[in-house]
Amino acid sequence: MMVLRESIIMKIHYGTAIGALFLTVIHIMMRLTQDFHESLAYENVIANYESVGYALLLELLLILISVHGFNGLRVILFEMNQGPTYEKVVTVGCLAGMAALIGYGSRTIIMTSMGMT
Amino acid sequence: MATIHPKLSDELSQTVVSSTKSVKIKIKRSNPNVNSEQKFDDFVVPIEKWTTVLDVLLDVKSHLDHSVGVRYSCRQASCGSCGMKINGKPGLACFTKISELDSDTVTVEPMDNYPVVRDLAVNMDRMINNHKKVMPYVIREDSEIDAESGIREFLQSPENVDKYIQFSSCIKCGLCNSACPTMAMDKSFVGPQALAQAYRYIADDRDKGKNKRLKIIDESHGIWRCHFAGSCSQVCPKGVDPAMGIQLLRGYLLGIRD
Ligand code: HEM
Ligand code: SF4
Ligand code: FES
Repeated sequence: MMVLRESIIMKIHYGTAIGALFLTVIHIMMRLTQDFHESLAYENVIANYESVGYALLLELLLILISVHGFNGLRVILFEMNQGPTYEKVVTVGCLAGMAALIGYGSRTIIMTSMGMT
Repeated sequence: MATIHPKLSDELSQTVVSSTKSVKIKIKRSNPNVNSEQKFDDFVVPIEKWTTVLDVLLDVKSHLDHSVGVRYSCRQASCGSCGMKINGKPGLACFTKISELDSDTVTVEPMDNYPVVRDLAVNMDRMINNHKKVMPYVIREDSEIDAESGIREFLQSPENVDKYIQFSSCIKCGLCNSACPTMAMDKSFVGPQALAQAYRYIADDRDKGKNKRLKIIDESHGIWRCHFAGSCSQVCPKGVDPAMGIQLLRGYLLGIRD
């Protein structure tokens, strides 16, 4: 089962990896603007979600890491076993996992940023 | 009373008299067509400074046990038949001297990542099929023999030859594929031998088959399953660097070279 040409998938894989690395650095740097225990205080976490810029950063990070992670898992599983049925199950399973993780994570980000806690 | 064949006794005495040293060779024996038994047989054989692993195996076959299964032909690192694992490392038996192994015992086993036919001989269908799959020949519409202009040559500059010449030294011994960790895991992987040959023809400026070949290797068990372990290039007896060929091919597919 071929969804996309493998070179396109791998361009996405490397692109999401670099993007995720970059956004993770920003994410960590923003954590460092205050003490660690302060940063994890309930009000501060909620305030972060409620800031549109930060919520967008989290959403983007969620998408990049979900796409990269589930494609990475697909690559690993393709090397562990082969066969048309198996590969179809792996491809569909990874796409479903990717969609589910993005869906559930987005739900959390959107609800929290709208104050529905 | 048993008599020794005069020629055989001659050979026996000759090898022993001219030699002062010997080596113990442990040969992995199996015959999967008959049963799943695997064992090592040990033989002690006289050696000289220049004796190769293949010489030792042929000595064993001539004088001690003619049933040892080994594939060979040229005895000079050109035919690619005698690949095997020598003291754990893939190499050509005819191109590995006992003296360079620095060991009193030499263990020989069939190459990894290929089904064993018998003893040291393996079935190389997978490599040959993948090699064919990448179309290892110059592809173009016109020919050097032309109805109008007669015979002409497709000329190349020395600079262009430099781009692929090392890859054309491949003798299809299959050692690179036997050393590759992805080959061990992924039975559909195209392998370093075929990928190096895909590069060899794509980099040839007489060839017009680039897009066809790139499409063939750009699939889920193609070029992207290489993770640059580099073991293919370490074991190649002909100085081919398949790992580099693979990275150069990736350059075409990522659009950073044309
Ligand atoms: C969530 C689980 C993850 C999995 C299962 C995963 C899997 C993989 C795999 C299999 C590769 C190799 C691709 C190949 O060469 O064929 C890879 C490459 C890469 N990953 Fe991940 N990854 C994960 C998370 C991450 C994260 C969170 C980052 C960075 C923030 C990251 C950064 C990279 C980078 C930079 C590469 C490129 C280097 C290379 O190709 O070896 N990965 N990943
Ligand atoms: S690239 Fe080297 S190791 Fe691989 S088949 Fe060719 S000659 Fe043998
Ligand atoms: S016998 Fe031909 S390569 Fe060794």
